[in-house]
Amino acid sequence: MNHLRLIIHREYITKVRNKSFIIMTFLSPLIMVGIFTLVAYLSQLNNDSIRTISVLDDSGLFANEFENTETLKFNILQDFDLSEAKKISELSEDYGLLFIPKVEKIEDISNAVAFYSEDSASLQQIDAIEDVIAEKANALRLKEAGIDAEGIKKLRIRVRAKQETYQGQETSKLGSILKLGFGGAAGYLLFMFIIIYGNMIMRSVIEEKTSRIIEVIISSVKPIQLLLGKIIGTTLAGITQFSAWVILMGVFSLIISTIFGIEPSEMQSPQEELIRQNLDGGTQQIIQDLILEIHNLPIANLVIMFLMFFIGGYLLYASLYAAIGAAVDSETDTQQFMLPILMPLILAIYVGFFTVIENPHGTVSQVFSYIPFTSPVVMLMRIPFGVPLWQQLLSLTILFTTFIGTVWSAAKIYRVGILMYGKKASYKEIFKWLKY
Amino acid sequence: MEKLLVAEHVSKSFGDYKALNNISIEVPRGSIFGLLGPNGAGKTTFIRIINQITMPDSGTILLDGKPLQPNDIQNIGYLPEERGLYKSMKVGEQVLYLAQLKGLSKQEARVRLKYWFDRLEIGDWWNKKIQELSKGMAQKIQFVVTVLHQPKLLIFDEPFSGFDPINATLIKDEILKLRDDGATVIFSTHRMESVEEMCDHIALIHKSNKVLDGRLIDIKRAYKSNTFEVGLLTENKTEVSKILKDQFEVFPTSFKSINDGLQYKIKIPENSSPNDLVQFLMSKGQLNHFAEVIPSANDIFIETVQKN
Repeated sequence: MNHLRLIIHREYITKVRNKSFIIMTFLSPLIMVGIFTLVAYLSQLNNDSIRTISVLDDSGLFANEFENTETLKFNILQDFDLSEAKKISELSEDYGLLFIPKVEKIEDISNAVAFYSEDSASLQQIDAIEDVIAEKANALRLKEAGIDAEGIKKLRIRVRAKQETYQGQETSKLGSILKLGFGGAAGYLLFMFIIIYGNMIMRSVIEEKTSRIIEVIISSVKPIQLLLGKIIGTTLAGITQFSAWVILMGVFSLIISTIFGIEPSEMQSPQEELIRQNLDGGTQQIIQDLILEIHNLPIANLVIMFLMFFIGGYLLYASLYAAIGAAVDSETDTQQFMLPILMPLILAIYVGFFTVIENPHGTVSQVFSYIPFTSPVVMLMRIPFGVPLWQQLLSLTILFTTFIGTVWSAAKIYRVGILMYGKKASYKEIFKWLKY
Repeated sequence: MEKLLVAEHVSKSFGDYKALNNISIEVPRGSIFGLLGPNGAGKTTFIRIINQITMPDSGTILLDGKPLQPNDIQNIGYLPEERGLYKSMKVGEQVLYLAQLKGLSKQEARVRLKYWFDRLEIGDWWNKKIQELSKGMAQKIQFVVTVLHQPKLLIFDEPFSGFDPINATLIKDEILKLRDDGATVIFSTHRMESVEEMCDHIALIHKSNKVLDGRLIDIKRAYKSNTFEVGLLTENKTEVSKILKDQFEVFPTSFKSINDGLQYKIKIPENSSPNDLVQFLMSKGQLNHFAEVIPSANDIFIETVQKN
């Protein structure tokens, strides 16, 4: 036990003191915050410029429907023909020219409207213009048919389905988004953690092989102790770095927002937009709903299972990385062994972000949440949507059983591999080592 | 003589390959025991078994009369052939770490380290990283790491590789001193002159089997061929040569001599005495050189390996 403590201590200290580790610890959050700030700044810059759209309305029906906004100006052209209007619009460097021809019947308008611009115009912009025209045209058509458009507007009702599970637990779109956020963050975090620190473990195993110190160490401690010490020490260094990142990201974004007056968090993510679209109430309402939804989440379950799956999944992959490190002689030889590790990981992320989002309890999602090499990511993403406890426990049991098996084989490969110098092992040879 | 380490019928296979076949060896306490053998004979496997890095398939190893225990690593110091240190770790820190893995307390390790660093005059390397040192300097550190915990049994695998003659002599003297202070040394090398100089006992492993084992002097006696190197001054060289060749097995040889005489190696039959040869030679001329040919470790090594 004393040996294990010593090894963990050394692994941790050398990792944390390593120059590139320190640089990455400070640089990564700086770069992240910097990119966010830059994007936020650029999108603000983009919004600041005012776009002008010239409108040539030969029908005379729609010109007054376009309202100027802070960023968009409509310039109504009159008494020009189309070619003149195009020239004017082009010379005055407009965003584009909207041409509405004269039509016999209102319904003919549907295919007659044209938009001319330097480059192809943004989809959103075109959609917005189409909406304005369509609405007005519809209103005119209703009027023609002798229907009171205002009356219909008043009579129109909106339907919003209240979502509830059989157990009476309320769910909502907002809740789904929140769950997605939790699950996605957890799954992605695990994925990143495995890739970054798994590699670090592998490199440190290779370093001991190439520097030839391994035999000296192995004559003092058991290989399994060294393996465990390495994994634990590196993991602790990883947790330190991750925590530092979270704190530094907070500090940096605070500094930047006070200096430049830009809130990176003000950036509109698609999710936020979705939330806004789905809730007509004010911010107050959103916050209230959010709190309610968070309250509804199985927090305790989430936290415990997050820890369990995180530990199980991470250690499973970490031991594989260590085994690879032991089997090769230099980092360039690792590639042929990396693919089988990365494949299930990437598959898990894909299944998580496509299938689970679509249908958290579908067959595919369920199957992948049992397979031990994908279950940590997939199950973590499913749990916020409510997974029966027996399923979670079954998945955990499979995961930890596999974990023990993997560590056992990894330790065997490690034990033999670290003493093999100067040759690149093949899969066949590694398989043989398991039987030594 | 009391035995410190006894190996009894040790065998080890890797898959289909038999690395060690029923090896039994006894290492006397306080001796320097040469473990010899051609490349790939199984020496390293055997040493790894003593260090509990590899487990034997069958057979036992007794240290001080008791089967090896996990904490016997404290009693063994091992300098492997494939050796190295953490390149980016500082010398002092590194040796302290490795000493602690061998069961020393940090304080104790620090005191002893100071002694060794002073002794080998490397005290000012404490804060240097290994990658800043030359290969020979790193080897010295490695030697200190091996002996720092004062083990009863020291195992050196090619200890002199990488040393210049001055440092090699320094390390050789340190090993002899450790032996005199009571440590037992197992010494594996291909440099036969070191074996001649240092080893009391040797064992020769060839193709996974032990083919030779015993005190070096006994082995030499067993390998002696009743051959003598002679120098004879005579008027009549051709005639005497002819007589010698008729009567004995004669081999040409050459040694430094101020005389311009005949120089031969002469092998006499098992049952005859060298005295007869001397008398015979004296009757033919003036005998100015007579010495028994002692087989060198090198000769024994080559002869044994080729015979098997």
